[in-house]
Amino acid sequence: MLLPVSFYQEPEHQASDPAAPEGPTRSEHHPMTETAVASADAGLSLKELARRNGLSASGRLPSLPEYTRQLWAYRHFIGAHASAKMTSALGNTKLGAVWQVLTPIINAAVYYVIFGVVLKAHGNMPNFIAYLCVGVFVFQFTQSVVQTGQNTIVGNLGLIRALHFPRASLPLSAALVEIRNFVVALVVLMGIVLVTGEPLTLEWLLVLPALLLQSVFNTGLGLFMARYGAKNRDIRQLIPFIMRFWLYGSAVLYPVTKFADVLSGWQLQVVEANPMLVFIELMRHALIEGAPLANSPTVLWIQAAIWALTVGVGGYVYFWRGEKGYGRG
Amino acid sequence: MADSERIPTVVADDAHIIYKIHQAGSASSSPLASFKRLTTRSKNANIREVHAVKGVSFVAYKGEAIGLIGTNGSGKSTLLRAVAGLLPVSRGAIYAAGQPSLLGVNAALMNELPGDRNVELGCLAMGMTPAEVKARKDDIIEFSGINDKGDFSSLPMRTYSSGMSARLRFSIAAAKKHDVLLIDEALATGDAKFRKRSEQRVRELRAEAGTVFLVSHSEQSIRDTCERCIWLEAGEIRADGPTGDVMKEYEAFSRR
Ligand SMILES: Nc1ncnc2c1ncn2[C@@H]1O[C@H](COP(=O)(O)OP(=O)(O)OP(=O)(O)O)[C@@H](O)[C@H]1O
Ligand SMILES: [Mg+2]
Repeated sequence: MLLPVSFYQEPEHQASDPAAPEGPTRSEHHPMTETAVASADAGLSLKELARRNGLSASGRLPSLPEYTRQLWAYRHFIGAHASAKMTSALGNTKLGAVWQVLTPIINAAVYYVIFGVVLKAHGNMPNFIAYLCVGVFVFQFTQSVVQTGQNTIVGNLGLIRALHFPRASLPLSAALVEIRNFVVALVVLMGIVLVTGEPLTLEWLLVLPALLLQSVFNTGLGLFMARYGAKNRDIRQLIPFIMRFWLYGSAVLYPVTKFADVLSGWQLQVVEANPMLVFIELMRHALIEGAPLANSPTVLWIQAAIWALTVGVGGYVYFWRGEKGYGRG
Repeated sequence: MADSERIPTVVADDAHIIYKIHQAGSASSSPLASFKRLTTRSKNANIREVHAVKGVSFVAYKGEAIGLIGTNGSGKSTLLRAVAGLLPVSRGAIYAAGQPSLLGVNAALMNELPGDRNVELGCLAMGMTPAEVKARKDDIIEFSGINDKGDFSSLPMRTYSSGMSARLRFSIAAAKKHDVLLIDEALATGDAKFRKRSEQRVRELRAEAGTVFLVSHSEQSIRDTCERCIWLEAGEIRADGPTGDVMKEYEAFSRR
């Protein structure tokens, strides 16, 4: 024989009606003292019992300010996770941290050989090496954020399922790693630019706001990719093609003036509003004397600020709205 | 009968959980078939449903340790994951106090990192402050006993035996006060000594007015730690009551 199911419950507890109207009871105020709860315990529906004791259906989405506060409380975790990721990623290579410097240099060398030496894509630009390297480095920054961003949820399911923390910690820590990597790469880049004969001017200080704006943009993009990649695993197969298309469309490997040669009117404006183009242009403006630009620096700064704000805030909100779905199913 | 002094911490109200599975590799998953499905926008024939939990209702109170028993595939892990808020319920609802923590067999931390770094990271992830982490770290490693056979806490976790990493995971999770702690066979790989120690810790957690759910196939563990037991069979509650009674029923069922 089976035991009755209700050793610990009044039979009435079982007879819960999910469709019961809840409007009037919601607005009533119940003092939440223990005695009040206990004496009113019998004869309640399970739903009512849960509500009176302040239990919440797991999976309630916190409000955006509340979520931001939680994230702030987890800042130490985000930092620790970022540095842990960094150690474990390079921990099993012989050269270790040297790769952080080596990877961007090799990257620039490859493109230089193909586009600078073999194809001569520069159209007689004076300092094409510096021009090319800035583009490659800045693009690489966003590219790695996209690539790691899509993996931050999928690759950490164990952690997500075991512990409760604001999930945005993971894409944020990944973005932090990439920002740190880019700062190292930026130092390398400045070295390359100096060696190729550019003067060190006050304009170099503009690197800092450019870095800030691109970091905000990238973080938003990383948050977006984290949620999108968790839901649509197929995107993983498409990312390399999208990124390559973006690379070729961002005047990384050829002078930006080529767009004006073949396009005009709204088409040109659309192409030149490309956020990657904007960030690359800003960095070139800061580091290279007299680099040809698609727009005036003021326009570029405004475009960059708009992109950073929309993608940064948009990505954050998009990720927050999916908070309760991560690690499920 | 319902004890009027007790405060509920977990309430399951007619909870149903259904897994939806995308099936790859079956006959209808050839590129041509997928393409046809995409273009005609017809329902994916490859989605199959598993109704893992079918209308479960119970109330768990503060200070209780509840054993969850049942045969393989009866839905115990599924139910715990839903209580932890990691699986959506398809129908009904599960309400819980605070944020339940699920300690499962595959609650992986970072395998490339040494044990002590994992302790720090795990504690921070549970919301401790750096100062608290610093104060607790040595106790946690001490409790886990992974350093009993040499300095293992500075070696990467991938070099640990399965029992050792289970010990460390439990020690990290148990370092914090939990309103609701869900343990899914996480203690099964521990040796007798550690099992005793962890059962002691489970009792302490209960005394701190938490609720503990314990899934185990070891009758002894359940009898030692839980005074209440829920028997789940094929996604339905077959019995819910004092451990002794439920165990007797379950054993009779198992012998058949
Ligand atoms: N990720 C999943 N996707 C689809 N179905 C699943 C998944 N996990 C479990 N199931 C199904 O749900 C049912 C219940 O599984 P569950 O893991 O909850 O059993 P259990 O009681 O924990 O068993 P065990 O004692 O072996 O741990 C099984 O039929 C199983 O096939
Ligand atoms: Mg299980």
